Amino acid sequence: MNPAILRLENVSKSFAGPRGEVRVLRGLSLDINAGEFVAMQGASGAGKTTLLLLAGAMLRPETGRVVVNGVDVYAAGAEERAHCRSRHIGFVFQQFHLVPYLSVLQNVLAPGIAFANGETNGRAEEVLARFGMTHRLHHRPAQLSSGERQRVALARALLHRPALVLADEPTGNLDLENGRIVLDALAEVAKEGAAVLLVTHDPGASARAHRVIPLKPVEQAASLLQP
Amino acid sequence: MRVVLTRIFAFAKVGLFMSIFGIVLREIVYRRLGFVLGVFTIALAVGCVLGQLLILEQHDRRSEVILTVHEAAYEKELADLEDDIRVFTKNLGFNLVIFPKDANLAHFSSKGYIDSTMPQEYADRLAKTPLVSVNHLLPVLEKRVFAPEVDLEIKLVGTIGELAIAKKGKKKPFLEPVATGKIILGNELRRRLEGKTKPAGGTLNPGDKITLLGRVFTIHKLQPKHLGPEDTTAWVHLKDAQEIFDQPGRINALYALGCNCSAGRMGVIREEIEAVLPETQVEEFETKAMARAESRTRAAQTRKSILDQAGKERTELRDQKEAFLGVLVPLVTLAALTLLGVIAWTNMRERRGEIGLYRALGWRSSQILALVLLRALVVGVTGTVLGLLVVLAAGRMQGEGYDWIATHGIVLPVLLLGAPIASLIAAWIPALYAARQDPADILQQELT
Repeated sequence: MNPAILRLENVSKSFAGPRGEVRVLRGLSLDINAGEFVAMQGASGAGKTTLLLLAGAMLRPETGRVVVNGVDVYAAGAEERAHCRSRHIGFVFQQFHLVPYLSVLQNVLAPGIAFANGETNGRAEEVLARFGMTHRLHHRPAQLSSGERQRVALARALLHRPALVLADEPTGNLDLENGRIVLDALAEVAKEGAAVLLVTHDPGASARAHRVIPLKPVEQAASLLQP
Repeated sequence: MRVVLTRIFAFAKVGLFMSIFGIVLREIVYRRLGFVLGVFTIALAVGCVLGQLLILEQHDRRSEVILTVHEAAYEKELADLEDDIRVFTKNLGFNLVIFPKDANLAHFSSKGYIDSTMPQEYADRLAKTPLVSVNHLLPVLEKRVFAPEVDLEIKLVGTIGELAIAKKGKKKPFLEPVATGKIILGNELRRRLEGKTKPAGGTLNPGDKITLLGRVFTIHKLQPKHLGPEDTTAWVHLKDAQEIFDQPGRINALYALGCNCSAGRMGVIREEIEAVLPETQVEEFETKAMARAESRTRAAQTRKSILDQAGKERTELRDQKEAFLGVLVPLVTLAALTLLGVIAWTNMRERRGEIGLYRALGWRSSQILALVLLRALVVGVTGTVLGLLVVLAAGRMQGEGYDWIATHGIVLPVLLLGAPIASLIAAWIPALYAARQDPADILQQELT
């Protein structure tokens, strides 16, 4: 059995809302192994994005532990967490989050600055070629279609061969064809040995995953657990 | 070591193309407006300070030129004034008067002449002595006497004009000589004689004959009105006066004009005269000649005072400008810092999502700090260079060279270093804020 790349143990998170505290996650435990493609499916407000940020070493849970590739990320300091993100985690966002003044190639290389980890133009061009973006290397994000932007974001996430890929509604703004390309890529990454956590409310996207975990709002989930 | 080398190698491969500095430059090009505003702010502050220095420098030079021109003008005007005073007072009196040993000075004070006499030969003796200091000698027999022709007590002055002093050659007569049988009339005497000798409206003229003190004289000259003792004075040849007063070969005063350059040399002149004429007494004569010497001294003092005042005003004006600069520089610095801080803060807020992304991609907080501060440094350096170039160009347009900057010593290096540092300081708080931002906070807002 492949080792767990992402392990969430009894993780809880709540936020202060206008009418008091809003609990988003309560006692959630989850393991995602290397080579596993997991989809977390739920409606808006179910805590999908919160879960993604927790798993991405960017949002400290109130309780529980988050272990990425063997590193207890919230037991470490901020700089070590940053190091962990740059080494082990790749992010794909629904809104792409490309830097507007950098070219496609430069956007893909941006994570390489974090620790000067030696990712070169060659590797960037390789991942971009994988997504059919060779002809767009020196274009700015504003000159790309939505599908192309997401492919660039995907290339950026995969530049440093992360052990864990976190994707937040990556097909939410894409047409079917581009959505298929992205999902194919995520499946391919998983096949290559990375753990992939896809957060989506799209059943079609979830269908591509090895495992689908439904995520319900805490209050609803609690009531469902009651006899 | 290996890790360091690997990183250096990796950086070399990625190079400037994908360094933080490269990203800063691209961001600057992308958000030009904010950059231009920041650069103009720095350039304005630098230009303001350097411009003030330039103005001070120009003020110094121009006021120096003006002062020099004024100094030359004052010199000329005051030299002319001195000359005017010398000419104007030339005929008005003497510094010293030599009296007989037994002269009653109280009589002189009350009547204006000495009632005792001394030999006229004294004048000749003194004139033949090689006096160092005395320039002019004038033997005189003068008395106040009632003249029935004008029904007035007049002063009759008998003189032979000036005696030539040994080794000094013949000088231009200090007092206009009057030949025997001729007379110079004061204005009041002329008026009265006209009333008696001429029909109504008739006037006396040089060459006319008049009778005074029972003696007929030919008018040599008529004096203008002085509104003083001169108006009732008549000048005749010494010999005529001696005959009128029945004192042949006698004089009662010998006027001696000493050095005309300083009132402080009277003591020397007096000693010289008393050595030659022991049977006399030498008195300092409080005449207009004394005033002349004093006037000269005063004129020189006035000149010095005017020039000193001009110099003082110039220094005060410069001090005022320096004081203004002393207030302006901190104010401009504070205003520039505030504005730069606002610009840096706005820029940071605008880039919040981008900074969150860099953090999510694994950038360390020091790299985020560098991202913001490097931008501030580029703004600071560019603004400083621009401000410097603008002021230098403005100076050139006004005919200045570049050497004026050197005269202000430490100011330029302080400014060249200080302005970029000020830009860094202004961006420091926004940079710290950006570096401490939790990427989750930013991305959560972006993602939800």
